[in-house]
Amino acid sequence: MTDTAETSPVLTTRDGVPLKVSIARATRRQKLRAFLLVTPLLLFILITFTAPIADMLYRSVENDIVSETLPETVVALEVWDEGSGEIPNEDVFAALARDLKIAAEEKTHTRLGSRLNYENPGMSSLFRKTGRRVKRMDEGNYTEQFIDIDEDWGTPKTWQVIKQFSSPVTAGYFLAAVDAERTPEDGLGFKESDERIYLFLFWRTMLLSVTITVMCILLGYPIAFLLSNLPMRTSNLLMILVLLPFWTSLLVRTSAWKVLLQQQGVINDTLVWVGLVADDSRLQLINNQTGTVIAMTHILLPFMILPLFSVMKTISPTYMRAAKSMGASDWYAFWRVYFPQTVPGIGAGSILVFILSIGYYITPELVGGTSGIFISNRIAYHISSSLNWGLAAALGVILLTVVLVLYWLYDRIVGIDNVKLG
Amino acid sequence: MKLKSLLIAATALTVSVPAAFAEDMTIVSWGGAYSASQNNAYHKPYMAMNPDVNIINDESSNEAVAKLRAMNEAGNVTWDVVDVVASDAIRLCDEGLAVEIDPDKDLAPAPDGTPASEDFGDLLVSECFIPQIVYSTTFGYRTDKVGDEPPTDICAVFDTEKYPGKRSLEKRPINNVEWALLCDGVAKEDIYDVLSTPEGVDRALAKLDTIKDDVIWWSAGAETPQLLADGEVVMGSTYNGRLFSVIEEQDQPVAMLWDAQVFDLDGWIIPAGLPEDRLKRAMDYIYFATDTQRLADQAKYISYGPARKSSAPLVGKHADLGIEMAPHMPTDPNNAKNTFLYNYEWWADNRDDLDAKFQAWLTQ
Repeated sequence: MTDTAETSPVLTTRDGVPLKVSIARATRRQKLRAFLLVTPLLLFILITFTAPIADMLYRSVENDIVSETLPETVVALEVWDEGSGEIPNEDVFAALARDLKIAAEEKTHTRLGSRLNYENPGMSSLFRKTGRRVKRMDEGNYTEQFIDIDEDWGTPKTWQVIKQFSSPVTAGYFLAAVDAERTPEDGLGFKESDERIYLFLFWRTMLLSVTITVMCILLGYPIAFLLSNLPMRTSNLLMILVLLPFWTSLLVRTSAWKVLLQQQGVINDTLVWVGLVADDSRLQLINNQTGTVIAMTHILLPFMILPLFSVMKTISPTYMRAAKSMGASDWYAFWRVYFPQTVPGIGAGSILVFILSIGYYITPELVGGTSGIFISNRIAYHISSSLNWGLAAALGVILLTVVLVLYWLYDRIVGIDNVKLG
Repeated sequence: MKLKSLLIAATALTVSVPAAFAEDMTIVSWGGAYSASQNNAYHKPYMAMNPDVNIINDESSNEAVAKLRAMNEAGNVTWDVVDVVASDAIRLCDEGLAVEIDPDKDLAPAPDGTPASEDFGDLLVSECFIPQIVYSTTFGYRTDKVGDEPPTDICAVFDTEKYPGKRSLEKRPINNVEWALLCDGVAKEDIYDVLSTPEGVDRALAKLDTIKDDVIWWSAGAETPQLLADGEVVMGSTYNGRLFSVIEEQDQPVAMLWDAQVFDLDGWIIPAGLPEDRLKRAMDYIYFATDTQRLADQAKYISYGPARKSSAPLVGKHADLGIEMAPHMPTDPNNAKNTFLYNYEWWADNRDDLDAKFQAWLTQ
């Protein structure tokens, strides 16, 4: 084999350049042109999508507010032993007075207070109060003056929190996002059981999203099958019926479900009227997990039907006919010949529905009660209400990681090449 | 509502065309009947006086805190005046996202010359906050579902034997834990001392536990009125103005349970980081919109009490229904026999911590 390779002449173009080099040159030019053509879009995505997301994710560890607002205090605190059970010495208090005077001038002390309040309730008012009085402080004897303003300055806990969060990056948000916290002995531990919430919510989000995806497959498959096997005219009409709710406002659809599902609602009224349910034991169909699953399955159903439909459309009816002509029963032909060809559609639909449902929060908030809310509801709360963007970012990073891991698993098990949108 | 504000903006635009240099001023509020009342009482007269200003309504108040922070970080503040509740104003002020106000310099004195700081009094809860209305969170109940003895005190909420059926409560600890402790036998003045201890929080949650299975939790103010109107709940908490509209405007069999209502404030802030000319205009608007007559005018359109003492005697009849508004104000002596005032300082410190515990309790 090697002999032939050595002896065979190198292929060249007419002007003597080796063919390989010539092809490489030509394709390089083509590649460059292709790259230049997509550059605007690439830049657009980098600037408006990737960069903001990266910036938001960085907030999950960012923590320079303490060292920026209290630079001298942070340095002075380095020598203090936080495990000593005693408050820091006068030097630290003097540094704090200098820092806070500048901070109160620039009105950054309250911002620091809100940041530290996430870690230790009471810091917010402590800094607000101290900021008001620090301007009028006398020289010397700062320890006494601070404790006079608020006795919290005399407790080691206050100082432990400041020292613990004085480094410019922190793992604190991530710890909080998995219900853990740092214990005074510098160890890690879970929070008390009455404060744990996020891990459970992550788990429930996954579980309900899988349930919703399965429901969408069960309901969407027969519809897609029907749509792809009807004459064009009828199927177009039915397709509009599928798409109609898709075009209706999300809030309108969710409110409609309220009217239908509540205990004095249409469905319960009908069941009572028919006599299936007693008037005093009406079904609880909303403000719980059932409500979330029903409303979200309805909302996400088109995302399952459309990929399934476009895949089924391409399956030639001759396969089924051939299977039957060879003696397969209807069911056998469907299961062994038709169904395997629709798997790529199920895959595409499932990924769409699952990923969309993980991030949903409006519908669960409105119909989920307490047992049907998702992790995204807490992320939304921390973004818009508590302004704890660091924790929101940490929760987001975890959610994103979980999705990527699931995607990787999916690729390993099903294969992403088996996904088809049409 | 979107359409309506669009129409208002469009009309305003056509009206102000002759002025040629009409400048837009974006005012952010809550939408619905509340924005309509502000439009009638403040925006229309202000634009009539200042033809060169064109007010644009934006209904983003419920996400104002997050949006203002994002705008501030982006260095592009597009809002001029923002309507927020007092606790949000305190947060915005702490974060340096709102401008500090000097009441006596920046706000109009009362007609008799009383400086604004005295006219508003204790309601000036933050340096950045200009109070506008006093509203309360209180209970409404179905008159046809409470038997012969309608509830008269707050503890009826916790009495599922006498008043069976579902109740709706807000999906957050604020107000609920206070009511729970009050009905668990804690004296009103001790409530925050008790709540400051972990045992106190447990005690409040344990009391709420007794009705947990009977509660529908709401997160939007419109939910309780709908639940009451549909007969889903026998009683529920919401803002008093919402209940007014259920009772008086929609004529539903609902009555107010004013006992232990919690007063809260809603008002204006001016975002930090506005250019000089826009800041000046926003200040000018605030001076006009929070004077004694304007605050009294707003009460013609919605049943929230004006924040100035001097406005109270000027409150008249409802503009459409023609009924006296004074008896429907949360501050009316007959309604205000037993009241709370939202404890801003305590909640600013403990809101996040208690909310985490409350949410954990809810999911258990």
